[in-house]
Amino acid sequence: MAGPLIRIEGLRVAFDGAPAVRGVDFAIHRGEALGIVGESGSGKSVTWLAALRLLPEKAVVEGRVSLDDDNLLEAPIERMEHLRGGRIGMIFQDPASALNPVLTIRRQMAEALALHRGLSGKSIDAEARRLLDLVGIPDAAGRLKSYPHEMSGGQNQRVMIAMALAGNPDLLIADEPTTALDVTIQAQILDLLQLVRRETDMALVLISHDLGVVAENCDRVAVMYAGRVVEEAPARTLFEAPRHPYTRGLIDALPTLDAPRRLVAIPGVVPDPRRMPPGCAFSPRCAHAAPACLGAVPELRRLEPGRRIACARAAELDLQPAATALPAETARPEVRA
Amino acid sequence: MSAPLLSLNEVTRTYTSRKGLFGTPVAVQAVAGVSLEVRPGETLGIVGESGSGKSTMGRMALGLEAPDSGSVRFDGAAMPDPGSESWRSLRKRAQMVFQDPLGALDRRLPVADQIGEPLEIHGIGDKAARAAAIARSLEMTGLSADHGRRFPHELSGGQRQRVIIARALITDPELLVCDEPVSALDVSIQAQVVNLLIDLQAERGLAMIFISHDLRVVRQISQRVAVMYLGHIVEEGTAEEVLRDPQHPYTRALVSAAPVPGARQRQRVILTGEPPNPAARPSGCAFHPRCPLATDRCRAEMPVLTRLAPGRRAACHLIQHTPAGMAAK
Amino acid sequence: MIRYIASRLLRAALTIALVVTFAFIVLRLSGDPATIILGPEAPPEAIEAFRHNWGLDRPVLVQYFDYFRAILRGDLGISMRDGRSAIELVGERIPATLALTIPALFLQLAIGIPAGVYAALHQGTAFDRTVMVSAVFGFAIPSFVLALALVLVFSVKLGWLPSGGRDSWMHAILPILTLGLGGAAALARFTRSAMLEVLGRPFIRTASAKGLPWAAVVRGHALPNAAIPTVTLVGFLVGSLIAGAVVVESVFSWPGVGRLLVVAVSNRDLAVVQCLLLLVAASMVTSNLIVDFLYGVLDPRLRQGARAGA
Repeated sequence: MAGPLIRIEGLRVAFDGAPAVRGVDFAIHRGEALGIVGESGSGKSVTWLAALRLLPEKAVVEGRVSLDDDNLLEAPIERMEHLRGGRIGMIFQDPASALNPVLTIRRQMAEALALHRGLSGKSIDAEARRLLDLVGIPDAAGRLKSYPHEMSGGQNQRVMIAMALAGNPDLLIADEPTTALDVTIQAQILDLLQLVRRETDMALVLISHDLGVVAENCDRVAVMYAGRVVEEAPARTLFEAPRHPYTRGLIDALPTLDAPRRLVAIPGVVPDPRRMPPGCAFSPRCAHAAPACLGAVPELRRLEPGRRIACARAAELDLQPAATALPAETARPEVRA
Repeated sequence: MSAPLLSLNEVTRTYTSRKGLFGTPVAVQAVAGVSLEVRPGETLGIVGESGSGKSTMGRMALGLEAPDSGSVRFDGAAMPDPGSESWRSLRKRAQMVFQDPLGALDRRLPVADQIGEPLEIHGIGDKAARAAAIARSLEMTGLSADHGRRFPHELSGGQRQRVIIARALITDPELLVCDEPVSALDVSIQAQVVNLLIDLQAERGLAMIFISHDLRVVRQISQRVAVMYLGHIVEEGTAEEVLRDPQHPYTRALVSAAPVPGARQRQRVILTGEPPNPAARPSGCAFHPRCPLATDRCRAEMPVLTRLAPGRRAACHLIQHTPAGMAAK
Repeated sequence: MIRYIASRLLRAALTIALVVTFAFIVLRLSGDPATIILGPEAPPEAIEAFRHNWGLDRPVLVQYFDYFRAILRGDLGISMRDGRSAIELVGERIPATLALTIPALFLQLAIGIPAGVYAALHQGTAFDRTVMVSAVFGFAIPSFVLALALVLVFSVKLGWLPSGGRDSWMHAILPILTLGLGGAAALARFTRSAMLEVLGRPFIRTASAKGLPWAAVVRGHALPNAAIPTVTLVGFLVGSLIAGAVVVESVFSWPGVGRLLVVAVSNRDLAVVQCLLLLVAASMVTSNLIVDFLYGVLDPRLRQGARAGA
């Protein structure tokens, strides 16, 4: 197997002295879909914005992001501009505000096509139409003249995807791409991402707070907490047999459509980045915390191929699902009309 | 079977919206002839996407908005007009919990003062009694007295939502309307608040209307569920029945679209088309442009909400209205 | 769209009518022109004759409607002072005022917008702080104080520039600076905050993620959005230039409409004052119309509203 497409090593990001990402390593191979799950403040978006150097200047970034022979964190800015939107596309949450309200769709797509494909004039229109067709926008020719406010949120996200595809990227980073959308539209967009991936063999990083979204659409999933990866595993394995107490906690906290069961909430809140607890950042909220957890920050260790975990007690813990579904009658009094 | 605490009978609500300052006003029907009942101690989940009219339903249930036609009855009596004296006194019996706790709180006041506000408004108790009630409310929602002394921005999102719930509960209401109360919260915190609501409801026999776009949370918290699409209820029944065995094609699509961890590459129903626009309601069944099963009849004739079984209703031409026909389609 | 324009024009006409009415009322209430023009010592017969001549002895309502009808015919009356037509009197002063206000407006735009944009792009630097501080001063210092300070430095101390009159282009420099600097500072501060607001919006990050160089992001994405709120302020500045002209022309003895207004008001020269107020109102209303129109050009969301309304 060839080396990874992109490799992040020892990435650290701090804002005004407060760490947001505290040492993160990732490797993504061609055509692979990596899901990144975490709650707010976990650093899941900041990691990728930092990798593309899209953070404001006050952010202090350390580490290495390798794409072929380039270290993206040190490459000249012209090189970065060539890669952004070219080999690496990115789409964001809330497509309505991620598109420029005063420019037509044509103009916004044309920028990417001119930059990365060297197109101009008529050939831009033709290619823009082809891309809008590809992402399933009806009346692509007419839509080129539209402004973002004349389209729905789902359509705007399709435009964002078309724009990201303009540079024929090897990697698409999708940062909470469906969070602002209705459920049925979310399903459409995730389906579209799968379709595009099948057709282009593009790698995908899907960042989401929703375990369900990530589980259904990715090969591999990494769970982040307080600026670090705490567990990484093939999607199925992660959900069937999580090894980190935080991952277990997230799964147990998630309501399902099956019969209701008592949700197991994780007590407490995410730590303040300026006042990180000693040792494992999750230990103050962890039911399994032991003295060992308060010493050093646990390293992300490889358990088996494709499986990494950062827990001092990983070897000894046997994390069972918190509760199996209770019979509906005893769980909740059903009121019948 | 108890008498309903709240009943909405054929309520409609139409807004006029105009595009631009001098645009022609367009009538937008947010809720189109909906009937619902909530019994004491029961939680009714209202599910729908944006534009379904679910939040308007919630405001009408509380009497914050009067329906254009139809009636709302609370505890057997007609809902008084918004702003009237009897309406104000009804406020303490029915309270609301909003999605955005920061927006619903005053940044300049310690949260304990805000929790006690409804008592002041309704002139309940003296100073000591109010302080005791605030302390009780804080404790009930899992907050400490120290939390009460803080300002909204000094609390986390989950704690702020607890404050909102504490404030809603301080007048000991019989009905709580929650509009997307956990949508803005992280999963681990969401579970804390959902559990809190379930516990409070069980302890105090609260009736609750729980409005959400998230089927999974609604399933967790509701006994009955009503699914709304473009101002109509398209399906209603116990949460168990509606979400395990959805009858209406829209409910089926919603259930299918809910992401489930560990169930990779399922065959899911993906609806084509855009979310509904209340300003441009399609003819016939409002769902037909997106329905994979739509027939000519669906395009022409609006289906009525029909009883399928006790407590189970759906509005679809394709459902055979016999108990045996329910599964076969 | 036609309906949108028609409604705007109707509103503009209404505004002007209100200004005219207001001026009429205020001027009638604030003293008798006859006594002021003829002097307090004038014999009662002379005053009576003057009033009769100018129609001031008729009922106020009749005067009002006559006046209004005359305006609609384009007849703005005759100066009570020297008997010339008010329009002519005002008209010959307009070029002098434009010679101050137009360069002052360009000065505001040429300093304010680039300074604001540059400050926003270099937030927190010495330049940014300088812009912020001078903006506070620019807004806080009344124009007559600034005028006197400029005269003190450039005319009295340095002797570089004349302190009053209108004999050469040199005479225009200090009045233009006085009129322009305050607005330039305000515009810089406003442009800065408009830019900062836009630079924080998500589509800026999208543009960068597309691979656009930063300069292109600023030019192609940030500026067109920041221009929308800035246009409002420019419209406001045009209005304040007219007000500023009254003060500045008086301080620098500049023979423009502003000074004419001061003189005409103190003389109770009704026709001239009314003509001037009409001119001021018309230019305010016109600049507002231009602002509205620019909104439509700059912001497609408003265009949409206008189109739907048509």
